[in-house]
Amino acid sequence: MNWVELIAGVLLLAGAAFVLVSAIGVVRFPDVYMRMHAATKAGTLGAGLMLGAASIVFGELGITVRSFVVFFFLLLTAPVAAHVLGRAAYYAGVPRWERTKLDELAGRYDEADGTPGELGRPVQRGDDIPYP
Amino acid sequence: MSLLGLHLGMAVLWAMATGSLTFPSLLMGIFVGGGVLHLLGPVLGDPRYGIRFYRAIALAFFFLWELFASGIRVAIDVLRPTLSFTPAVVAVPLELRNEAAIVLLANMVSLTPGTLSIDLSEDRSCLYVHTMYGEDPEAARQAIKHDFEERIQEVFR
Repeated sequence: MNWVELIAGVLLLAGAAFVLVSAIGVVRFPDVYMRMHAATKAGTLGAGLMLGAASIVFGELGITVRSFVVFFFLLLTAPVAAHVLGRAAYYAGVPRWERTKLDELAGRYDEADGTPGELGRPVQRGDDIPYP
Repeated sequence: MSLLGLHLGMAVLWAMATGSLTFPSLLMGIFVGGGVLHLLGPVLGDPRYGIRFYRAIALAFFFLWELFASGIRVAIDVLRPTLSFTPAVVAVPLELRNEAAIVLLANMVSLTPGTLSIDLSEDRSCLYVHTMYGEDPEAARQAIKHDFEERIQEVFR
């Protein structure tokens, strides 16, 4: 076993650990938004580390480029998916964890078209709407 | 951004001139091209291109570091026996006007520690962010503006 294989093995294991942790987080976290946190961040990092391991162990231009492209598309799509799921959940009125402290988005949805309405101005400190 | 094609062309040219179309030589070509365009920028009508290019590289590395930190932090939070967060949905007023820049900001926010972008106001002046560490909402707002928005603005200006 040489150094390259050792480094690649460590990266693979670390990546797998991050993916596992993100799966546990999806089960453990109390509401849909926090579950999105767990799924997006640790999952993307885990997949990225595994792709890094693949490009190190093969050491070929084609595979390195493809790993980069896969990682790039993950970075592009994972947050968009989390954003869309979080937004849909919010709009559908999925309840937040009871310890959610502050919700500055509450009451801002325009019921007609589903976008936050009346928002030309920046939100000021006094605008905080208490969580019911 | 009009010089981006020229930049990529220079990188390929560099790789071909050195006789090896490999990843390291392409990377080298990109950096040499960045230096050349930094010098030629004023002549070619984009005097800030070189600076923006190096800011973009710095932003990419900063982001990769934040992604790593964020993975570690989520892992610690998941494995901790008690859940001790104060989540909050915070409104972040945006200075950015470029649509691509706002997409970049929303994606970066979602992939960095404790924050997730939930929605954007209709007039694109305000990003709503869910944070896991919302003890001090004002601090969370300032962190996003200072860490990401200012850096992205430097790249797109």
